[in-house]
Amino acid sequence: MQFMLLFSRQGKLRLQKWYVPLSDKEKKKITRELVQTVLARKPKMCSFLEWRDLKIVYKRYASLYFCCAIEDQDNELITLEIIHRYVELLDKYFGSVCELDIIFNFEKAYFILDEFLLGGEVQETSKKNVLKAIEQADLLQEEMVYIRRQAVSTEGKYDQIQEIVVSYFYLQKVKMQTTEFKVDVF
Amino acid sequence: MVTNSALKNTRTSRKRRPKVNHSKTSELMYDVLDESLRRAELNHNVTYAILFECVHTVYSIYPKAELLEKAAKCIGKFVLSPKINLKYLGLKALTYVVQQDPSLALQHQITIIECLDHPDPMIKRETLELLYRITNSQNVTVIVQKMLEYLHQSKEEYIIVNLVGKIAELAEKYAPDNAWFIQTMNAVFSVGGDVMHPDIPSNFLRLLAEGFDDEMEEQQLRLYAVQSYLNLLDMENVFYPQKFLQVMSWVLGEYSYLLDKEKPEEVISRLYKLLRNQSVSSETKAWLIAAVTKLTARAQASDTVERLIEEFSASLDTCMRQHAFELKHLHENVAVMRSLLPVSKSCEDMVVDASLSFLDGYVAEGLSQGAAPYKPHHQRQEEKLSQEKVLNFEPYGLSFSSSGFTGRQSPAGISLGSDVSGNSAETGLKEANGLKLEGVKKLWGKEGYLPRKESAAGQEVEAPPGAPGISASENLDRVAARRTQAQALTQSKEEKEKQLLASSLFVGLGSESAISLLGKADTVSHKFRRKSKVKEAKSGEASSAHNLTCSSLDSLSNTACEDNAYLTTLQDGEDAKSKDFPLSSELSDSESLSELPLAEKLSDFSLSAPSLFADSDMEIFQPLSSAAASVTTDTTSASCFLEETTEDTCSGCVEVCSDETVSVSSYKLWKDDCLLMVWSVSSKSGSEVKGANLDIFPAQNFKISKHPGCCLPVTEAGSTRNFQYSLQMEKSFTEENLSGFVNYQMVDTHSVQLEFSVNLSLLDFIRPLKISTEDFGKLWLSFANDVKQNIKISESQAALPSALKTLQQKLRLHVVDIQGDEGLLACRLLPSTSSLLHCRVHGDGLALWFRSSCPALLDYLSCQCQKAMEGS
Repeated sequence: MQFMLLFSRQGKLRLQKWYVPLSDKEKKKITRELVQTVLARKPKMCSFLEWRDLKIVYKRYASLYFCCAIEDQDNELITLEIIHRYVELLDKYFGSVCELDIIFNFEKAYFILDEFLLGGEVQETSKKNVLKAIEQADLLQEEMVYIRRQAVSTEGKYDQIQEIVVSYFYLQKVKMQTTEFKVDVF
Repeated sequence: MVTNSALKNTRTSRKRRPKVNHSKTSELMYDVLDESLRRAELNHNVTYAILFECVHTVYSIYPKAELLEKAAKCIGKFVLSPKINLKYLGLKALTYVVQQDPSLALQHQITIIECLDHPDPMIKRETLELLYRITNSQNVTVIVQKMLEYLHQSKEEYIIVNLVGKIAELAEKYAPDNAWFIQTMNAVFSVGGDVMHPDIPSNFLRLLAEGFDDEMEEQQLRLYAVQSYLNLLDMENVFYPQKFLQVMSWVLGEYSYLLDKEKPEEVISRLYKLLRNQSVSSETKAWLIAAVTKLTARAQASDTVERLIEEFSASLDTCMRQHAFELKHLHENVAVMRSLLPVSKSCEDMVVDASLSFLDGYVAEGLSQGAAPYKPHHQRQEEKLSQEKVLNFEPYGLSFSSSGFTGRQSPAGISLGSDVSGNSAETGLKEANGLKLEGVKKLWGKEGYLPRKESAAGQEVEAPPGAPGISASENLDRVAARRTQAQALTQSKEEKEKQLLASSLFVGLGSESAISLLGKADTVSHKFRRKSKVKEAKSGEASSAHNLTCSSLDSLSNTACEDNAYLTTLQDGEDAKSKDFPLSSELSDSESLSELPLAEKLSDFSLSAPSLFADSDMEIFQPLSSAAASVTTDTTSASCFLEETTEDTCSGCVEVCSDETVSVSSYKLWKDDCLLMVWSVSSKSGSEVKGANLDIFPAQNFKISKHPGCCLPVTEAGSTRNFQYSLQMEKSFTEENLSGFVNYQMVDTHSVQLEFSVNLSLLDFIRPLKISTEDFGKLWLSFANDVKQNIKISESQAALPSALKTLQQKLRLHVVDIQGDEGLLACRLLPSTSSLLHCRVHGDGLALWFRSSCPALLDYLSCQCQKAMEGS
């Protein structure tokens, strides 16, 4: 896969992922052309396009177009399936995903995509594994935020910071998993 | 989970889409493919993806009838599917497969017809791609028409370029008649315009120009083209792409003479109108004015032409102005113009005197008046470099002495002067060779070698084992049955129309299926087959080439005569010098003896000038004979070597070790590709040397291998036994010891061991590099490393030739050329590093300038040169 684009029915680009090195100018040009071509197509037409020397596979989900560019040797149907799997992942993560979810949590959408595709190829076919990895990442993120907040509230008293960190890792050891519980302890 | 494994499965299947003709490898896949085709029943995208890849693979590997059948069925499922994505992929698969099995297209013809009018342009495009693959001479008109329709609708440049190329290819291959061909090409040019591949117009023009087998047909095609272009030009307010205008102007210029009714003036006036058009680009204007020039040659005095000349002589465009002036002057002399622009001779090759021999007189005159002789570019550059880097200490003596000589033979210019004419002759020859290539008509088309292709096709028809076992007749039956069925079933008009279209599209496919394995049906006889003009062209070329060589040889021999006359005197002078200062006592005799006949030869003018110093000297000064003379102690073996190694030089015999009974001596033989060391073990007493054995200790810098050559069996008493080892350098070094030992048995049966060692230097691996001066120039520029050195030389060597002789003799360098007071030498270090040396004499010094790819070699060489010059 060379790149993946998500854009709305109005032609607004919502997400882009490039697996080939291109200049920004080039990227903009390709995006503009593709959005135009894809939006011009009627719903009953087939989801494949031959565009320059690439094959474009696109699919519309509600108001969002998912559009992938693949090489000559790649299979169109499997690309369609990859798009679908990505949508499923988004759906499961956000819980009935809508365009706004992707607009406001675009970094999550990128994280999911990176867990799923690597260098333009599928790296993890299991939905469960992808979501597990994302959840773990979320957890880590929250813990980091928590430690930072505690550190700020102690106003630079190093002993206390140390205490917090030590107790945090202690908690990790005891396998305290939920954040709520940790808050209670402190 | 089915989906997960399926995803992985496709990924692997995608990777294995290569063409596999190897039947054994293919057999390994049969089961997997069969299983995949059988089990893939789920109605899901992923299964279809796997199926699609399977079909691809089945048709790519070594064919198996059973699998092919299943794959065909599978394609049918795709094509007939109501899902548009699957239909698209089905068409795609069909496009891929149809090259191997056109009968599949026949089975789905109705579907294909439907897809042809599909609202989705992508499906349409894919269908056209499919049709393009099944085109033959019978259905070409319908298919091309469909393609043109699509072409008119599409806007995207990428599609237009692609489609235009295909149409042009089909039209050229299968055109049913002239009118259709020209009209199709007109459409191609006017739509494809300036975006199309530049090959298309040039191929078209070449087709017109070279013509084909049928003379009548050829003329008609040209005439039709001319007429249609005139009609197109008569239309008002139509704009044609520039490329199309260029094609038109060329055709009109070349072939308007075929018109009966219209006079050239009328054509000219049309072209004139175009020339004045603002929208025509200046490149096209050049084409147009060229056409006008051609036409003017045939026209009577025409007002338009004069007006045109007047107008464009003042044009701001220099190109146009030049054309106008050319036309003006040609117009004044109609006879010259006619001979310059003959009718319908665009394909004849012009014979050009590439050596520009007609300028020789002019050059000679210039030289006699003191003009500097021409130097080739690399020489000039070299001189410039050397002048920039080194201060010029030499007196300007050369130009004064030139007054003593008549004509172009100034001493400095002697070699250069000969070079001028020699070079021009040489280039002339080369040009003649080059022309040969140009003259050969293009037999290699896009489809490969045209005449041969057909025979290859014929062979392949018989060949295919295990091919889809559907015979042509069966196929025809099936098609016929299908048609009758279909006809019985369908009543509506629409259906009938489709039937009609189908029959026109798929005509000729059934009968062709027997020879289908070739892929694209190239077996159909092409209408516009290019005439094979090779033979004519070749014979013509050969004669012209012959002429050229003759003329250039003449000039060469003339100049050689002049030069030789002078050279002999020079050579004589040098002889005198070298006799005055004998280089080495052992050489003097053989040298003077062998040089005498050389002088005689020179006076016969039989030797060409450049080889004077290069080759003849080389042989004379090889110390072979002298060395051989000094080896006479071991007469038998030495003579044996000499027979074998007449071109190689060898060193004198050196005793390396000895005891009371045996002495071991060694020679070095400087072979062309290695150093050959010979040890000879001889008994002093004259008694038999029993069981003598010699071994060399391995050395890290060399590859030592026993030379099988002449290893004499047990020798007679008193004579010797020889051991030969060839040495090849592996790592560079300067000095190295090679040691070994000899074993032999005394008569009283106890064995004795003797050790010895030999000194080797890098010099033993340097060989002369025999190249021409021209190659020297090229090599010189290609080497990155250089070393410069000034050496004081003794009076005995003050003359350059004698200095060079010393180098040649001691360092085994090859004297490439001597020009005035500069000399060129070349050598190579085995196995393949070469080094060049440029030397110049000034006063009592010698400026050496080495160049090589290997810096270590340079240092070594410069050091050795110094030693050599000081030593003598």
